[in-house]
Amino acid sequence: MMQRRFVSIWFRHLLADWFTLRRPELKTVPFIIVEPSGGRILVIAANHLAEKHGINPGMAAADAKAIVPSLMVIDHLPGQNAKLLKALGEWCIRYTPLVAIDLPEGLILDISGCAHLWGGERPYLGTIIRVLRSKGYDARGAMADTAGAAWAVARFGQKNPIVEPGKQTEALLSLPPAALRLDELIIERLTKLGFYNIQAFMGMGRSVLRRRFGPELLLRLNQALGMEDEHLELLEPVIPYHERLPCLEPIRTATGIEIAIRELLEALCHRLQKDGMGLRTAILKCYRVDGQVLEISIGTGLASHHTGHLFKLFELKIPTIEPRLGIELFTLDAPKVEEVEPEQEALWTVDDDCSLEDHRLAELLDKLSNKIGVNSIKRYLPQEHHWPERSIKIAVSLKEKPTTVWRAAQPRPSLMLPRPEPIEVMVKTPDYPPKFFIYKGEKHDIIKSDGPERIEHEWWIEDGEHRDYYYVEDNKGQRYWLFRLGHYDNDKSRQWFLHGFFA
Amino acid sequence: MQATRQDTINKLRKDILLWEGFKPPALDALGSFGLGSIEGAFPNGVFPVGAIHEMLCPTPEHLAASTGFMAGVVSALASKGGVCLWISRYHRLFPPSLMFFNMPPHHIIFVDVNREKDILWVMEEALKCEGLTAVIAELQTITFAQSRRLQLAVERSKVTGFILHNNPQKAGASTCVARWQVTSLSSEIEGGLPGIGFPRWQVELLKVRNGKPGNWTVSWDGNGFNIAEEEPDIIQLPGRKAG
Repeated sequence: MMQRRFVSIWFRHLLADWFTLRRPELKTVPFIIVEPSGGRILVIAANHLAEKHGINPGMAAADAKAIVPSLMVIDHLPGQNAKLLKALGEWCIRYTPLVAIDLPEGLILDISGCAHLWGGERPYLGTIIRVLRSKGYDARGAMADTAGAAWAVARFGQKNPIVEPGKQTEALLSLPPAALRLDELIIERLTKLGFYNIQAFMGMGRSVLRRRFGPELLLRLNQALGMEDEHLELLEPVIPYHERLPCLEPIRTATGIEIAIRELLEALCHRLQKDGMGLRTAILKCYRVDGQVLEISIGTGLASHHTGHLFKLFELKIPTIEPRLGIELFTLDAPKVEEVEPEQEALWTVDDDCSLEDHRLAELLDKLSNKIGVNSIKRYLPQEHHWPERSIKIAVSLKEKPTTVWRAAQPRPSLMLPRPEPIEVMVKTPDYPPKFFIYKGEKHDIIKSDGPERIEHEWWIEDGEHRDYYYVEDNKGQRYWLFRLGHYDNDKSRQWFLHGFFA
Repeated sequence: MQATRQDTINKLRKDILLWEGFKPPALDALGSFGLGSIEGAFPNGVFPVGAIHEMLCPTPEHLAASTGFMAGVVSALASKGGVCLWISRYHRLFPPSLMFFNMPPHHIIFVDVNREKDILWVMEEALKCEGLTAVIAELQTITFAQSRRLQLAVERSKVTGFILHNNPQKAGASTCVARWQVTSLSSEIEGGLPGIGFPRWQVELLKVRNGKPGNWTVSWDGNGFNIAEEEPDIIQLPGRKAG
């Protein structure tokens, strides 16, 4: 399973920053934002200038005014936090599709599998925070395996904002209990008992903690440590393509597993088909009686909702499932789906000549790539380069068409050595082909030849000496592609190479 | 009386061919390969498609020559823009060269695998895929049982397979329909002009099921084969039996 990673972003002065952005004159003035609460007027946010004077949220507005008489007072607009965070969260969707609002002043981003697109976790987090700060929000961020740990480090962490995978326990030890997103009452009780950091009570018996502080503490602790899943209310909820199949009796045979996979696929494909979608990856999870969860996944080259084909892909992996005492629940997820062209069904069996877009071919390639790896299947397209090694490029998809024509004006060998191999030659200077050459201990007398064809290095890509290619035929009628590197020169002995074999 | 007996024998021969899976050719497939007299060596006088051909390539030079000859054949098969699969361990084919043999290189999918066993698996799967024009595999050896599996796959799908044997010393009995060896011959150029002419090969049909082995000189002029027939009796098959 993919390593899950979360980023928590904390806007330290969310409301104050927003007011400053709207009214630039507030930049140099200490101000507070207030809200009436139970007959008193309380400070709910203060800008950093006000905070310098010791004004903190939770104080009475009158007390704050007493400390700094010039303090500006702004009335709070109810629901403003949520509105602001929603806008910021929507902006953050460029970094990950899974963004959740974390009231009152934070965001939680599920960034599993996103960071590498920004060149790693550090640049990724750095980019987000830098951009948010440049927009005028005083943001702090942290990254960890769990939303809870990221939340804690973002607010209370002192050193490294990135908690290495699996290191959340160490990161939490020295933080205060408030880092666990607990109710005020519980924090107060913990502090009263002298638990100033999480380390102090983390090792205590779970039942003791539950009795004293209620289940919330345990839940939050477990969530931060990654022992319990946390559900995030996403801004843009994804309706997952997910199917479940509980079994009355544990399944222990390959046939049973096959039937289960078929059932799940049929349900999933039916839904995909209705939505006009096809899946690119699918994950099957088998929950075993002994508590273990087995997972197998498949991938396809073209989006597909064809049950038979997808089943075949799974079929290859069924032998890797060990049912042991039996499997009681199967689930099937399609984390990656794409739209499919509607003519898929029509194309099915009509013509007998396979084109590159044929689904029979795509299915074959899926099957192959699921077993031997995607990278071992290649297709080549011509490229506008003279240098032979660069005259072809690997096509990115089955649908990609050549953008230029295949050049056939000059002869090119059928087989090309991956790197040219040095040969010994006897040659008349300056421009004659060799009289003979020796390759792998065998002497080849050259009877006929064509050339030279000079191929220059493409200086805008790479420096180097040009090659003079000769197309030669030896006394047995075998044809080769030889070249001499660079110009003739008195002090250097020229290097000759064999580069290919002609048909 | 004599004539009727001959007729009966001919009829029986045709029946045997049918039972062995050689169908009389469909009319539209006739003569489309441009292989001229070579086609006469095959049962019913038709180059067998939907079958597996073996080519012996002991040296890279042989491999290059076989590639050229085969590309010419496959280009006739794929005249309508079909797709081929090329499976090998050491990918050495230079795709642009196929243009000379009328085969668009971007219609070939290369599968590079690390193990012999995987080549066979990929080939079998590919041969089952109806609609592919040809499946070409570079192999060290193949056992009889393995070749039987491939044969069963093509019988259903009618895909044509080519096996390029890199180690023909070990090439034993197999179910392949034909065993070829293509050797380079010096090219001919008119009027003794300098340079190199069109590729020319010695094409030996060493074994062919229910056909007559033979030996031809073939050249490719960029559009089709030119075949010069030699005396049919001169083939020598050292240590190998035809059939």
